[in-house]
Amino acid sequence: MKAEQISIFLENRAGRLEEVTRVLAEADISIRALSLADTSDFGILRLIVSDHEKAKVALKEHGFTVGRNAVVAVEVPDAPGGLHSILKLLCAGGINVEYMYAFVHQCEKSAVIIVRFDRTDQAIELLQKNNIPIIPGEQLYKI
Amino acid sequence: MIFDMDIETLPREELEALQLKRLKGLCERVYANVAFYRKAFDELGVKPSDIKSLADVRYLPFTEKQDLRNHYPFGLFAVPKDNVVRIHASSGTTGRATVAGYTQRDVNNWATMMARSLTAAGASRRDIIHVAYGYGLFTGGLGAHYGAERLGATTVPVSGGGTRRQAMLLRDFGATVLCCTPSYSLVLYETALEAGIDLKELPLRIGVFGAEPWTDEMRREIEKKMGIKAIDIYGLSEVMGPGVGIECVEAQNGAHLQEDHFLCEVIDPETKEPVKPGEVGELVITTLTKEAQPLIRYRTRDITRLETVPCKCGRTTARMVRVQGRSDDMLIIRGVNVFPSQIESILLETEGLTPYYQLVVEREGNLDTLTVQVEVDEKIFSDEVRKLQRLEGKIQKNIKEFLGVTALVKLVEPRAIQRSEGKAKRVLDLRHA
Ligand SMILES: [Zn+2]
Repeated sequence: MKAEQISIFLENRAGRLEEVTRVLAEADISIRALSLADTSDFGILRLIVSDHEKAKVALKEHGFTVGRNAVVAVEVPDAPGGLHSILKLLCAGGINVEYMYAFVHQCEKSAVIIVRFDRTDQAIELLQKNNIPIIPGEQLYKI
Repeated sequence: MIFDMDIETLPREELEALQLKRLKGLCERVYANVAFYRKAFDELGVKPSDIKSLADVRYLPFTEKQDLRNHYPFGLFAVPKDNVVRIHASSGTTGRATVAGYTQRDVNNWATMMARSLTAAGASRRDIIHVAYGYGLFTGGLGAHYGAERLGATTVPVSGGGTRRQAMLLRDFGATVLCCTPSYSLVLYETALEAGIDLKELPLRIGVFGAEPWTDEMRREIEKKMGIKAIDIYGLSEVMGPGVGIECVEAQNGAHLQEDHFLCEVIDPETKEPVKPGEVGELVITTLTKEAQPLIRYRTRDITRLETVPCKCGRTTARMVRVQGRSDDMLIIRGVNVFPSQIESILLETEGLTPYYQLVVEREGNLDTLTVQVEVDEKIFSDEVRKLQRLEGKIQKNIKEFLGVTALVKLVEPRAIQRSEGKAKRVLDLRHA
C-alpha cells in the first residue's frame, strides 16, 4: 500500500526548480504531485511521478542528489472535518506525521493527501483497520 | 624610545657574533636533549660542531608544524618537565594542537621582548595598557600582559569578549594603549560608538595589533577613526607568541625582529634554498635562546622579505616587510588559525563521511566570516528539513568547539563547489578581492 516518493536537494538559487522539471520533461516523466519545503538556503523538493526509477536515474545523471522514501496516499473525504478525523486517529495511535501535501483527485469527490509518517507500516495498518481508503502506489503513479 | 638600548642598537657584526655563539650552543642543546633533532641531524650527516658561521644554518634540518603535531604534547621538550613553568597551545582538534612549553627564563625573555615591543610602539611605564587579546592557551593575552607589566605600565587584563563593557572600561580607566586583533579594534570602535563613546575623544593613543593579517588600508581606517597610531606586532605561538617582531612608531614600516633571540632566514619555499638578501620568500625562524622547546629552522609559512638598511628609529635589527601571504592555505579567522584539514577532520567526525566541502572567507564590515559549504550527497541527504538543519547545527557546533571559531555551515548541491582538474578548491578567500 506504500507509494514511492522521490526527494531532491535544491539550493535556493534561481533556475534550479526549472532544471528539475526540464530533466523530467525530457525523460517523458509526468509529475503527479509535488511539494517544496525550503529554508533560507536550501530546499527539498518531493515528487510523486509516473516512473520514479526513471526519474531518479535522469536526475542523478544531471548531478542532483536524489532520495527515495515510502509515503502513503490517503484519500480524504471532501467534507468538513475529513482530514481532522484521520489525524486524530493517527495521533491517538502514537504515529507522527513528518510532513504531508495534498492534491485534488480530478474525477472523484475527494482529496488525496500524501503523508510521510515516522512509522509507515504501523500507519498503514491503523488506517486500514479504520477503513480509511489508501491509494496504492501503482494506481497513484497513473492518476 | 628603546627599551634595551644596548641590544636593540647593536652593530650588526656584533649582533651576528652573538647569534653565532647562541646558535652553536643551541645545536649542542637540541642534539643532546631532543631525540627528534638528534635523528634529524644524523640523517643529514651534520654535527653541532659543523656550525662555523651563521651561513652554516642552511645545513641544519627544518622543523614543520606537522613535526610539532607528531610530537604532541611534550615530545620536543629539551629540558626536564620540572623546569617547564608554562604551557601554551594553538587551536586544533583533539590531539592535533601544537604545544609550546616555557621555562622561567623563556617566560622572562618573552616578557622582555614584549616590553621592547610596546616601547617600540611608543608606550612607556606611564601608559595604561588595555589587553583585549584572549587570555588562556592562546599566547596573545598573557604575552601582552607580562610585557606590559615588565614595562611597568598599568596593565588592564580585560581578555576578549564583552565588547560593550570593554568600551566602558576604556573610557573609565582612560587606557592609552589597546592590544587586540585589528578587526576587533574596529568592532570595539563601532560598539563603543553605539554606546555613546567615541574612542577618538578618549586618551587612547596607540593600538598594538596582531594575530591576523591586515592591510595598510585597514590601518589608515583604524588610525583615522580612533585617532591613534596603529602598530603591527608579529608573533607565532610555536616559537614564542606575540613580540617576535614589532613595528617602530617612528617608521611604521616593517616589524623589527628580535634578532638576539631569533635567527631569521628567508627561503624559497619550493627549493628550500635561501633567497638572495632582500628577496621575497618564506620566513624561517630558529629560536636561539628558547630553553623548554627550542626550534631549529621553523617554517613559519609567512611570505615576506627582510630589510636590513638602518631604520630611523635607531634599531639595527632587520625588519620584515608586511606579511604578503601564506605559503600554504592556513586561514586566520579573527585571530584563530584554521586549516582546511581541521575542518575536514571535523566533518569526518561529525558524520563519518568525506563530503566535498569548501571554505569561503569574507569580510563583512570589519569582521572575518567563515562559511563552510558542504555538498549534500545521498548519504547525508534527507527528505526532512529538520534533519538537514540538525546536521548543519551539529557541524557548526563542532567547529566552534574544536577550533574556537564561529562558522556558518551551508549545505550545497553536489558539484556546486568549483573543481579544478578534478580537485575541489578548498578555500575561497574573498577578503582582499
Ligand atoms: Zn625602526
